[in-house]
Amino acid sequence: MTLQLVLIVAAALFCVGLYGALSQQVVVMVMMGLELMINGVILAAVGFYWFVSPTPTAQVVLLVVIAAMTVEMAMGFAVATLLHRSRNSDMTDMATDLSG
Amino acid sequence: MAFWVLALVAVVSGALVFKVDSMARATYALAASFVAVGLQVLLLGLSYIGVITVLMMIMEMAIMAVYMIMYMGMNPALMPMNMVHGKRTAAVTSGAVFLALTAGILLAPWPGRSGDSDPDPTAALGEALMGSKMLVMIIVSAVLLATIIAALVLALPRGRYDRFGSDLRCRPPTDPQPGGVGR
Repeated sequence: MTLQLVLIVAAALFCVGLYGALSQQVVVMVMMGLELMINGVILAAVGFYWFVSPTPTAQVVLLVVIAAMTVEMAMGFAVATLLHRSRNSDMTDMATDLSG
Repeated sequence: MAFWVLALVAVVSGALVFKVDSMARATYALAASFVAVGLQVLLLGLSYIGVITVLMMIMEMAIMAVYMIMYMGMNPALMPMNMVHGKRTAAVTSGAVFLALTAGILLAPWPGRSGDSDPDPTAALGEALMGSKMLVMIIVSAVLLATIIAALVLALPRGRYDRFGSDLRCRPPTDPQPGGVGR
């Protein structure tokens, strides 16, 4: 196990999530894609902690990433609720009012 | 060996999230991916972060399942679904990003390990958060509070402006079902 291998696995997770976030229509499924992307970021950060800088600072960065994931989840569910209430739909294609 | 098994589980179950044909299976696949990453975090010596990742993700998947049942208007375990758009563009984009990231990972001159890890990383993290890194925690706290308020505002069915008008002067409030003693 080396830093490069951990980072490649993290990159694979990130890209699987990117595919989901770009291709899915349901808001909750888009959130799943974003979660997978953040999952990859967490793994990469842990890899950096273990192989480059095993300091508490790296752990604090990890906590910030996990907090970002929490914020994403809470706001995503709130937006899904709002969308469902106002449009009776949970599809991103039904909320393209701001698209150019 | 354990790392490879967990890596395989994480990536394959992550891919299954967008491959399986029901929401319930997608949720389980995502939970499996997160648990595998949490165990990898444990494997790399961060017991506290690994455990909170696993616990948080299990709770999150449970909440997500409830949301799917509420909003999808179908039996999430039985109803097949294929709600995608721009599948080809998404596949090409994510494949290109993976190749670019892998090239960067393999070509970059990564530095070696600087110093040894603390014998008790959890205690070291706690001391950092209560000491030199306290500002980070203060900012994260404010962000989380703002998130709670913003999520409530977005999810609220009827706020005070709906009830009392834009100038908050409308009396009595316009409620679909009047309440109070004087009804």
